[in-house]
Amino acid sequence: MGPNLFVNYYEATAMILFGIGFTTMLLHPNLIKKIIGLNIMDTAIYLFLAAKGYIHGKLAPIIVNGDLAMETYINPIPSSLVLTGIVVSVSVTAISLSLVQKLYRKYNTLDIDEIMFKAGQEEEE
Amino acid sequence: MPFIANFPFFCILITMFGGILTSMVNGKWAFRINTVIITATLVLNGTLLMFLIKDPQYFTFMMGHYPAPWGNEIRFGPLEALMGTVFSFVTLCSLISGKDEVFHDVKPRNLHYFYIMINLLLSSLFALIYTNDLFTAYVFVEINTICACAIVMAKENGKTLAATLRYLIMSLLGSGLFLLSIVLTYDITGQLLMVPAHEAFQRIFATGEYQIPLTIILGLVCVAMAIKSALFPFHTWLSHAHGSATTASSAILSGLVLKGYIIMLIKIIVRVVGLEVVVQLKAVNILFVMAVLAMIIGSLDAIKENHIKRMIAFSSVAQMGYIYMGIGLGNMAGLIVACFHIIVHAITKPMLFSSAGGLASASGHKKDFASLKGAAYRNPIAAAAFLIGSLSMIGIPFFAGFGAKYYLSMAAIGMGAKMWVVLFALAVSTVLNAIYYIRVISIIFSKTEGEVVERHKNAPSYTFAMTVFIIVNVLLGLFYQPVMDVITVGMGLL
Repeated sequence: MGPNLFVNYYEATAMILFGIGFTTMLLHPNLIKKIIGLNIMDTAIYLFLAAKGYIHGKLAPIIVNGDLAMETYINPIPSSLVLTGIVVSVSVTAISLSLVQKLYRKYNTLDIDEIMFKAGQEEEE
Repeated sequence: MPFIANFPFFCILITMFGGILTSMVNGKWAFRINTVIITATLVLNGTLLMFLIKDPQYFTFMMGHYPAPWGNEIRFGPLEALMGTVFSFVTLCSLISGKDEVFHDVKPRNLHYFYIMINLLLSSLFALIYTNDLFTAYVFVEINTICACAIVMAKENGKTLAATLRYLIMSLLGSGLFLLSIVLTYDITGQLLMVPAHEAFQRIFATGEYQIPLTIILGLVCVAMAIKSALFPFHTWLSHAHGSATTASSAILSGLVLKGYIIMLIKIIVRVVGLEVVVQLKAVNILFVMAVLAMIIGSLDAIKENHIKRMIAFSSVAQMGYIYMGIGLGNMAGLIVACFHIIVHAITKPMLFSSAGGLASASGHKKDFASLKGAAYRNPIAAAAFLIGSLSMIGIPFFAGFGAKYYLSMAAIGMGAKMWVVLFALAVSTVLNAIYYIRVISIIFSKTEGEVVERHKNAPSYTFAMTVFIIVNVLLGLFYQPVMDVITVGMGLL
């Protein structure tokens, strides 16, 4: 396991970043930092995918000079997955930020515990 | 390939298209367009189901005509068609019965947004049911999350916003784990389509290599889906989100959104990894333990509640426990029961939420037990629906919930120690269910001395939707054998 960790250092870094993002999102009381955690978590997965799709010494998957041999290029599927993933992550970030904005206008704080406390005090309609 | 094989794709497409269409009109027209579109999906899914019951087979619908490992596929058989039909039906009835409350709770200028979200939500649920591609599943899981959060926060008061925040954070954590598991699957198999990935998994498992990555993938999928479908101990967000949203949202969230993820999990267990591998890696045992705890703790939480919608939401936690217990048994019979209970719960719980909404409307939109006293006399049809739904959830014979419990104990026979745990948990949870449901029934049916009963005027659409709900529930309770047969055939082909 030890040597593999150094050979696959991209993947190892990606997993560490995923852990950082995940714990930030789960445990940090500040909502903006939670959303930053979400983005770190997603980006870590894109790093992992990009690292997995890359083949050493091969070219980017764009056909030049009519060379159609598969061996010339890296695997294009992970790159396209990353692109799709980025779109998804942008949309969830957008909805999270708009929700946080609404909550901030209402309660004047970004601290999740305070928001939960204040919301709990409200009368049920 | 017959023309009927295009129907699942049409369902996904027309609901998405409906989202675009409803964005251009006002709330009233949005509701009408929505009703037409969902009825159309019900007809399409129903026709497909009839066709597949007559001639059970699996269709693989290649999108864009690219084969694996590049292309994207829809794959469906009797089980998927049945789920699609149930999902369309439940959405339709929940929306029709919850219409007045939606118009009361959501600001008029935002009404059409609510219906856009419902359309996209249904579209993503269909996609989760029908897709054969793991990454597509991830994308639609995220669409589902966004729409589900949007319909929770549609009410826009402090409580629902806070509940949405909780829900959103937990959901996104779950999606992150799901994405990681898909990426790892792609990493070791090189496939994203389910059937080729299954072949690759079989080869890898046979060589005995990659045991740790396989276990991690399975663990991640299970935890991700458990978070998203509110299995104990990840259920904390559910009671707030489902309890405070508008009635139609609660009904759809509880009845369908949670189930979409479980269907995905079942598909991953059976179609991608393979049941034997899952059992050998012991992942199901963890689900089993969490399911037993969910059944008991969900019910205990429900007993403590004095808010009718939050109580029904906690009851959902317990019912999720039943479904996961079926999966946790780790045999085919268990998975079939899980699918059956998905249908039972999908039909019963939205009816309970809608009837709770009706009872609350008759009591000045208040949902605590003190205000609901005698509500049955003010709104008899809602009370009748509540009564039938409760009896079904408790598991009284001749109601649908009984069938699920019966088949669950049958599936557990011969499973060694698990059998005793299942039987014990079923017994305890039945008693606990009875305690909190019967308490509510006795509250709504008790008259205050000398009070003049003022009949609440229900909208005709509400009465109609509740009547349909009641009829379908009673029919499912009396004739569950044909449904079980369809599931068994579908599961065999999955």
